[in-house]
Amino acid sequence: MFGYILSRLLQAIIVIFAMSILVFVGVYAIGNPIDVMIDPAATAEIRENLIRQYGLDQPLWRQYLTFLGNVAQGDLGRSMIYNTSVTGLVFSRLPATLELVLVAIGIATLIGIPAGIYAGYRPDSFGAKAIMALSILGFSVPTFWIGMLLIMGFAVQLGWLPSGGRGQVGSFLGIPTSLATTNGWSHVIMPALNLSLFKMGLMIRLTRAGMVEAMQTDYVKFARAQGLPESQIVFQHVLRNISIPVVTIFGLELGSTLAFAVVTESVFNWPGVGKLIIDSILQLDRPVMVTYLILVVILFVIINFTVDIIYARLDPRVRLGGKK
Amino acid sequence: MSPALDVQGLTTRFDTRSGTVTAVDDVSFAVEPGCIMGLVGESGSGKSVTGFSILGLIDEPGRVSGGRVMVEDTDLRALAPDVMRSMRGRKVSMVFQDPMMTLNPVLRIGEQMAMAVRVHEPMPKSRALQRARDALAKVGIPSPEERLAAYPHQLSGGMRQRVAIATALLHQPAVIIADEPTTALDVSIQGQILAEVRRLADETRTAIVWITHDLAVVSSLADDICVMYAGKIVERGTAEEVIGRPRHPYTLGLLQSVPSQHEPGTRLPQIPGSTPQLSHLPSGCPFRNRCPRATQICTTAPPMTGTGNRSALCHHPLETA
Repeated sequence: MFGYILSRLLQAIIVIFAMSILVFVGVYAIGNPIDVMIDPAATAEIRENLIRQYGLDQPLWRQYLTFLGNVAQGDLGRSMIYNTSVTGLVFSRLPATLELVLVAIGIATLIGIPAGIYAGYRPDSFGAKAIMALSILGFSVPTFWIGMLLIMGFAVQLGWLPSGGRGQVGSFLGIPTSLATTNGWSHVIMPALNLSLFKMGLMIRLTRAGMVEAMQTDYVKFARAQGLPESQIVFQHVLRNISIPVVTIFGLELGSTLAFAVVTESVFNWPGVGKLIIDSILQLDRPVMVTYLILVVILFVIINFTVDIIYARLDPRVRLGGKK
Repeated sequence: MSPALDVQGLTTRFDTRSGTVTAVDDVSFAVEPGCIMGLVGESGSGKSVTGFSILGLIDEPGRVSGGRVMVEDTDLRALAPDVMRSMRGRKVSMVFQDPMMTLNPVLRIGEQMAMAVRVHEPMPKSRALQRARDALAKVGIPSPEERLAAYPHQLSGGMRQRVAIATALLHQPAVIIADEPTTALDVSIQGQILAEVRRLADETRTAIVWITHDLAVVSSLADDICVMYAGKIVERGTAEEVIGRPRHPYTLGLLQSVPSQHEPGTRLPQIPGSTPQLSHLPSGCPFRNRCPRATQICTTAPPMTGTGNRSALCHHPLETA
């Protein structure tokens, strides 16, 4: 187990390192940030000075090495737009996105998995067909459009919920979060629901497919022949078997939602990292882009690692480390 | 002594798009305690459906449409679904063909067996595990304590089938339906399991319905044999009678298809054609299209010839009693 964790850690470092090169080169290729930052009327001299100040006159490999050197000292650079430390900037936005994503994934799981179980247990019932039809809507209708409909309905027409922004920040176990206040919840619930619809559809379909397949297996028939009640068969025999693909998708979706909640954050004016990255791309704020993308890579590495460990807990046939 | 299992006129139908199909057609048989009855037939003859019908585990679109299933003087078919469920595992149990599939791959053997114990007899888990361990020991599994903590994939096929049999035996049921439980095993393992089952039947007085397509297996194991064809029992008798002096041409055909009974190098006789589709059965005797003895009269329903326990459903039985 220890050897496995060590080798995974090594892999992770290599992945992060490789990604940092890709990101650096990619960001370099997008364009020159000085052209965006500077007044077009500025003199060539001011322009030259600024380029030198940011070290943009250096060749790419040297810029990269300087960057690595700074990272080694814990410094990811300063934002060219906000002129503050990028780590501070990203981490000031991250809690908002985390809140949004956790609530969204929570909704998707709490509704999607039971709905999928039901739809798979009674695949021919009316309820199951209705659930399947809705799940198709869930992941074929564009997010931004549903978001706007939600705002139209609940904020504009009914006036029940605020149309956007993050609510009051309270404190829960010492962590500042808007989930600690009612006002915060009233702000988060609509964007979270919006963000969850796609994932909910996915969870429903995945759970249902696993369920339909599992109910045909011999171990279910054998459990029935032993006189086990259906509820015990579903929750103690089947659920654990079908949770393996569900956990995979759960992990992947958690990562991609954290990284790319951009659309929902824009529609609901949610002050999360998604909006930050879009703004920084438009303004060619290189340090923010690089930091953010590397953060995303680290998140994915952590999530995948966790999923692998959960796998081994769920399925005894999976042995971590590959060898017996 | 009343039989452990007495099936009378059991009929199971499936409503399909091309009409209603009768998969089990008026099947009757009885098994005494401690006896093994071989239910023999080709794939699609309705032998497995008969097994599932006895346990009341026929899935949609199928339904048991008639007959009685008496287990120790209780008619299972008259029971409410929930009472029926409480009979499964306690009074009637079942073992399946593929031991690789019948155990849940993600649960430990002990957990699965303890679940089966406690569903009928609530008790602390530790005691349920003890019961499970004793049951494993009884079917000849070495170091049962360790096996309880194992997952199915850590055991061999034969071991797994023993675990399944032990699970079926947990509550000392009156009847066990064994649906081809040795078909997927090596011949040597098969022999061991057959000997074990014979011993268990004698010791526990459990009646066993042994469903198989393999006449060689039942000839050494079973007390009585029923041969099924197209949903009907076409011949019945003791194992010696059916194997030694078959009456129905179909049984003879099955026996002749067993390779070991022939000179090496000679051509193996086979039954021409294949099992008819249940939705397109020929009129009269369903076997007549494949039967070497068929005549004009076979287009009418064949009579039961012989007496109660030794009979054949045929116009032209091979040996009249």
